[in-house]
Parts: sequence; structure tokens; C-alpha cells
Amino acid sequence: MKVVNFELYAPKLVDKGEYFCAGHRACQGCGEALAIRLMCKALGPDTVIVNATGCMEVVSSLYPTTAWNLPWIHVAFPNAASVGSGVEAGLKALRRKGKIPDRDVKTVAIGGDGATVDIGFQALSGAMERGHNLLYVCFDNEAYMNTGIQRSGATPFGASTTTAPAGKVSPGKQVWKKNVPEIMVAHRVPYVATASHSHPLDLITKVKKARALQGPAYIHCLSVCPTGWRIPPHACIKVARLAVETGIFPLYEVEEGKYRLTVDSAPLRPVEDYLSIQGRFRHLTPAHTAAIQHRVTQEYHTLLEKIHHLRAWAEVTEP
Amino acid sequence: MSTREGMEIAFAAAEAAALCRPEVIAAYPITPNTHIPEHLSDIVADGRLDAEFICVESEHSALSACCGASATGARVFTATSSQGLLFMGEVMPIVSAMRLPVVMALGNRAVSAPINIWNDHSDIMSQRDTGWISLFAANGQEVIDMIIQAFKIAEHPHVMLPVNVNLDGFQLTHVVEPMLFPDQDEVDRFLPPYTPFATLHPDKVVSMGTLGMPDIFNEAMQAKDAAVIGSLPVIEAVWQEWERHFGRAYEPVYAYRTEDAEVLLVTMGSLSETAEAAIDALRDRRVPAGLLKLRLWRPFPREAFTAAAKGARVLAVMDRAVSFGGVAGPVGAEVRACFYPGPAHPLIVNKIIGLGGRDVTVENFIAIVEEARATTVQPEGYQLYGVRGLS
Amino acid sequence: MAKKKWPQDYQDLTPGCMVFEPASARAYHTGAWRAQKPTYTFSRCIKCGLCYLYCPEGCIHETEEGYFVADLDYCKGCGICAHECWPRAITMVDEED
Repeated sequence: MKVVNFELYAPKLVDKGEYFCAGHRACQGCGEALAIRLMCKALGPDTVIVNATGCMEVVSSLYPTTAWNLPWIHVAFPNAASVGSGVEAGLKALRRKGKIPDRDVKTVAIGGDGATVDIGFQALSGAMERGHNLLYVCFDNEAYMNTGIQRSGATPFGASTTTAPAGKVSPGKQVWKKNVPEIMVAHRVPYVATASHSHPLDLITKVKKARALQGPAYIHCLSVCPTGWRIPPHACIKVARLAVETGIFPLYEVEEGKYRLTVDSAPLRPVEDYLSIQGRFRHLTPAHTAAIQHRVTQEYHTLLEKIHHLRAWAEVTEP
Repeated sequence: MSTREGMEIAFAAAEAAALCRPEVIAAYPITPNTHIPEHLSDIVADGRLDAEFICVESEHSALSACCGASATGARVFTATSSQGLLFMGEVMPIVSAMRLPVVMALGNRAVSAPINIWNDHSDIMSQRDTGWISLFAANGQEVIDMIIQAFKIAEHPHVMLPVNVNLDGFQLTHVVEPMLFPDQDEVDRFLPPYTPFATLHPDKVVSMGTLGMPDIFNEAMQAKDAAVIGSLPVIEAVWQEWERHFGRAYEPVYAYRTEDAEVLLVTMGSLSETAEAAIDALRDRRVPAGLLKLRLWRPFPREAFTAAAKGARVLAVMDRAVSFGGVAGPVGAEVRACFYPGPAHPLIVNKIIGLGGRDVTVENFIAIVEEARATTVQPEGYQLYGVRGLS
Repeated sequence: MAKKKWPQDYQDLTPGCMVFEPASARAYHTGAWRAQKPTYTFSRCIKCGLCYLYCPEGCIHETEEGYFVADLDYCKGCGICAHECWPRAITMVDEED
């Protein structure tokens, strides 16, 4: 008998463990806290988390308490990937020498868009190039939120942030979002995916897939910040869902260079639906919105081309 | 049984580190310490050492990877110089505050600008206040010995602090000397496996690197200071044990021909050897001069220093870094502060010598001592020595 | 709200300010933050668990009967659960003073 609306009931099958517990000091309605909570359910207890400085690190680790129910380390802002490389190497060496139990413990480095796209970019690139057995998850709330909503390389075109604000002369960020998943594909990372906390089961599946891989993997997770995006907290999931449904943040994965859409949102909703309900885009003119729509459509079609026609790296059978 | 071999001191440093069985090495090349990670990677590639050698993409990543690996309970080692150390700078105080026993070999080199690859102490002096234990080697034997001692000191349960072993760039790193190398069994007897206080592992869940509110931060700094200060008796105990195992004595302040000395030279690092030759020449001429060679820079061995300097009328303190616009060079300031509270107030002449690899000769040291001998009034501040244009 | 206890003396701090009690943040009751709280019409609840899945605090629990209820010690009143509950079984109401 086919279960109708299975996805409505599938939440009951999710790991009930809470590895990122209540009591953390994130804002009400924080999408990033939710995304981390969901990621941890997919990872399970045999995980070491390496956390860059940022919202999640700050709200979860006020000495003498911690919200983490997993081994966790924070060192500094730009080095989640390099500390993660060291953790991975340490665990590998100790396991080989029999100094720790002989079972798989996964190293997962996490950071916000600041820590990943900007200040930690070098460390991320180095770690992925070296091929550590490391999963890196970027929680992208599209600005340096913890320090007060400053512009990052992941801030979208037109968004108003405190260092690229919408003023009389300048309408917010004038350049486009850096596409880190594509850069990871160019590093030939065997598994690259985008995810969103609006699609929790998709996120959980992707994290599980990445975790199972014995090698580098990268997940870029959209994380709505009601405080920074100027939306009411209760709209957190709705806005993330709209990012997917408008094609602004498509959910896809790239496995061994082969692109696949994991959530097909066609026909796409107009970007206006997404932009008009966020305070950070309040100042946009119809011309701005049109420019954004044009670019989003173009990028979405480029993605579809890759899905249908391209392998990022070809399969060669003859020498 | 120790074997006597001649090799480049940087290679010897790598061999000494390898004898300590590090599990993770993360290092980035920078002149003049490059031969240390290079030789270590040779040792690993030949299977002589079972370790993970991470070719990190920057020094910041090198120290960060060492943090991560040390936190899992692995024994770690890294090496750098100058700009590399400065690039690690953000992580330096974090390693000590997080009580991770990372051992670093530092091939001392001048800090830019202008860019200069040769030897002085401006790199380590920029990291003076980071809470690391700092040892200074004067020759190849001391490099080998101090690197092995460093692991034992760092990992001691009453210490749990990172240690840097300073060896002068080129003047030590690239010099070939005959040295006694302990064998693996001897080192294993001296240095047992690392048993960490806490590790990153799901079997015992900890959070490391938490946020310290103002309500506890001052206490956290006091705890860190207490740890650094409290490491001194452990360092001395480790040195006594070293002497029992290997017959070579180490102390925080090495006093050379200081009996009845009127003037004492104070040095750190390889120029101490040149200074010793100068003292010998001076003593031949019946000049009552001696040398205090500082082996331990942090924690500063205040009691041992003031005791060793007892009776001297003038201390000629040699610095190899400038504290621009300050009252004295780093070592000069430390020495002045040392004597301020006590009854003895020797005159303190503070010279800054050999910056950026400039040669300092026996004759230079003799002249400095003679000038110190002629000093009867406490001079102001410090002087960069041998600068053309300075009278 | 549970009171946070700072370690008294510097000797009481753990080395490196490590925390050995996982999930000890639960001592801090974030429920004191909220301006609104969720109220339930269980007759409409289809027990799907989506509210549990979407709660950033992870403070929604399944009851004996299979309904889902927020733990008011931690609920920050963000309203995500009410907004996402498509059968409209959850309504946010203002907290009384």
C-alpha cells in the first residue's frame, strides 16, 4: 500500500538525538541554528565538529556551558578547514597506531559564509586540494552576521548590509555572490552539494551521503537570518523555501563531477516574490529586480545545461 | 648509545624531532628553517617515522592544523621563521590558552620590512607575550637536546603549554657541526608517549575553545599566567633528568667565567658562542668580565638571573630586536625590571646587535665590554650597535 | 530562568576553559526571551512532526499521545512552528506579563 504524503510523516524517521541542544543563545527563528541541528542529526555521535568563529560558535559555547553534545573545537575565524585538517590527520594517525578505538569518527568543519567564502577561503582551498577525509559545511546567511550584518563575498547583489548599505548614492552590494560550490567542483571535490533548512530531509540525505564518503566533501547550506535579512522570525522557513522556488538558491549535488538537481522547482517563481518580503532588499527598484531576475534565470539555465549535458570532469576509458 | 655525527643543524633538528615520534607534522617552508620540514618529510617518506605530514598552504594553517591534531591527542611538531611566525600570530596565544603542547622549532630571522632572510630575534620577540615557553639554543647540540626536552616539558601534566625552541637562522640552521644524537631507545626512555588531559573523541565529549565572558576572562588569564610561571620548576626538573640520562647540564641561566666579574655580557642564542670567545680573550688580559647566557626566555627566570648576576657592577645586555620607541630592547627591559625591586642595581648597558644577519665579531664584544667597564653612570635607553651614522 | 553560575576562583577554571559537560547550555532557559508563545488545537494536529523538525531550538517534544508540544523553558516564541503547521494546529499568542 502506497503511503500518501510520505514526506509529511518522514520526519518521524529522523534521528531523535539532539546534538545541538536548546539553551543556545541564537536569535529567535535562526535558520542557521536549525540547519546545524539538522546536520547533526544526519552526522550522529561519531563526529568531531570543528567550528569557525561566528554566530553559531558564539551562541553555543559560553563558558562554562556548551550546547554541543558532540566533541567540538573552536580555534579562530579563518581556520575551520585547517584545524579540521589537523583533527583528521590526528585521528587517522592515532587510529593507525591503535591509540584510539578502531572505528570511524568523522571530522566535520563548519563555518559561516564569512569564515568560508572570505577569510577562511585559503584554508578551505588547501584542505580540499590535499584531499583530507573532511566534510566542510558552509552555513550561508549571506553576510557577517555575528559582527552586525556586514557584507561578505556571499552577500547577494542588491542586498543592503552595514558595510555596503543602501544609501542615496549606492543601492547596496553592487557585485554578485561568489559561487563557492562551483569553485569546489573545480577542486574536483568528489561530492559537492547545496542545501537549505527549508528542505530538511534533502539536507539530511546530503549530509549522510557526504559523511559516508572517505574523502573531501563540501555542502553549502542556505541559512536564513531573520535579524540580518530584516524579516519576521516566523518567516524563516518560508523565505528559505522561496529562495529554492525562485531558482535563486537551487538545490543540487555534484557527484564525481556529474550535476543533479535534487529538488526541481520548475516552473520557477519570480524573484520578486522572494525579494519583496525582505527588508534588506526593500530599496530595490524595478530595474534592480529585473537585473536580478535576468541573472538568476541565466544562472539557473547554466545549471540546467550542466545537469543535462556536462560532466565537470569527463570519464575517459581510452588512454 | 648516542652517536656522534656531523650534519647541518636544521637536519639535526628534524632528526631530533623525529626521535620524539610526532604523530602529525604540519609545516610550511620559509627561509631559513625550510630544511627542517624538508628533512622531516624525507624521514616520513622513507618510512623511518610513522606520521602524518601535512603540506599546509600557509603558516596560519600550519599552526591551526597543529592545534587540531594536538587536540585529538596526537603529538605534533612544526617549524617556521619570521613572517611565517607572524602569520601564525593570531593562533599563537590561542595554542597556549587552550593548553595544547605544540612544539615548534623557530629558525630566528628578521621581520620585514625591508625583507631580510637573515638572523635576528625580532620574530620571536613579536610573540613574547603569547604564553609559550621559549628556549634559546646556542649551538647544534643544544638544538637537538632542547627539541627533545621541549616535548617532555610541553606534555607534562603540570605544564600543558606549547614550547618554541629558538635557533638562529643561517648562523645555526645552515651550519654543519658535529653533534651527539641519542638513539631511539634512549629517547623513548626519556620521553614516554603523550597522555593528553582531554581529547576530541566521541567516547568522552568535550568542547574546546569556548567563549570567555568578562566575568571569567580575567581568571582565565590568571590561570594561563600561573601555568607559564609554574612551568619553571618542571623545566628545571626536566633538565636535571636530562643530565642524568645524557650527561649534559642545562640551566635557565648559564654563567660563564662570572666569578669576580665586574662586567657581565648577557646574550641569547648563537652569539653567545662568540661572546664566550670574547670573554676568554678578555680574561687572558685579566679583564674581569663574564657571560650570562640565557637559555630560558619565557618564563623569565628572574631569581636565577639576579642570582647569577650578583656582584657585577655593569651588565651589558645584548638584544637582537628593537622595541621601537620603547625604553629598552626586549631583553634589556626585562633585565631592568628584574633588578628594580631588589637591593642590587647594576648599571645596565643595552645594545641592539646583529640585526638582519649583520656579523657580530669577537672584537665587537670586546669593545662592548671595554665600553661597559668605562661606564659609571646609568645610560639612557638602548643603542643600536654599529650603525653607520650613529656616533 | 535558571541562574548561570560562574566559576568562583581562577583555580576553578578548567584548563583551556574546556567544557566537560555536553549539552550543559540547557542550564540557561531561553524561554525567558519570548514575547509570544505557541498554543495548540490538538484536534487539528495530524502528528506529522514538521514543527519538531523545524524548531531551531529543538525544544519540541512528542507527547505520549503522539502530539508535539514546545518546552516553554526554551521556546523563544519565534513562531516558525505556527507558521509552518499547515493544518493550523498551532497559534502564537502574546505572553502575559
